Amino acid sequence: MTIIDHPGSEVASAEQDRPFGPVAAAFLAAGIGALVLGVLTTLAEASDDVASALEWSKSVGPLTGKTILAVAAFLGSWAILYAVLRGKDPKPTTVFTWTAILLAAGFVLTFPTFFQIFAPAE
Amino acid sequence: MHLSGREWWAIVHGMALGALFLLAFAGGLAEFYSLRSEELTAEGVVRRTRRLQIGTWLMAVVAWLTVMTGSYIVYPWYRDPAPSSPKSVLLSNPSTADWHEFGMEWKEHIAWIAPMIATAVAFAVTYYGTSLIRHQGIRKALMIFFTVAFLVAGVAGAFGAFITKAAPVG
Repeated sequence: MTIIDHPGSEVASAEQDRPFGPVAAAFLAAGIGALVLGVLTTLAEASDDVASALEWSKSVGPLTGKTILAVAAFLGSWAILYAVLRGKDPKPTTVFTWTAILLAAGFVLTFPTFFQIFAPAE
Repeated sequence: MHLSGREWWAIVHGMALGALFLLAFAGGLAEFYSLRSEELTAEGVVRRTRRLQIGTWLMAVVAWLTVMTGSYIVYPWYRDPAPSSPKSVLLSNPSTADWHEFGMEWKEHIAWIAPMIATAVAFAVTYYGTSLIRHQGIRKALMIFFTVAFLVAGVAGAFGAFITKAAPVG
């Protein structure tokens, strides 16, 4: 974390140098939300039972369960990580790298060419 | 010149919110880029930070509204089992089936990742406030994630436009 002198430093100095923990919690939570969405998407493709279990609305289909659980994972993990990391100052590069890894996993698991590999043979 | 209720919602989801999203991203990216010490006075830092907070929160809120209207209002009409629904029409022809099997299958999932990233970015901008300018490494990382959120939403938006052209919700 680089701190530099600049014309706005008198403004910024009014705010204390804040620890990175709460921001780390938000980014890791976004990564976890993406990963949960990806895992549920692939599981629903692989299993009709999982797809049925996620169909909380007949008109929307399994997307209901996938999206609500992913958002719940995002908000829930944010709350937990916020409580754990508040006041802590983890290294930003490590946090952003883990966030990128989690997001990348989420992207792969929600990519049709990937998750359709697991579809049962018709 | 008449638009049905479904067409109105498709416009709200795809065009109105899409345009706001684009505007918020463009404004937010410009503010992120220019939040550098050598270019700003103390007053400039305060003004730019305030605009950056507005831009990033606007993008996050619009992203949530877009995925919620898309998935819970427009999508049920799209996937209706009736033979005249867009999904049925696309799947009835092998030359258009991929618009559903790849395009919609990708769009409906990946779009939900954008608001989560955008919210994390907006939170970070608000959390640091005017002191963000002293954390240039974090500013650059936020700018990258902000752009990723935009690109993810862009994929979903582009497929939405193509699918609507092939089989509109009407």
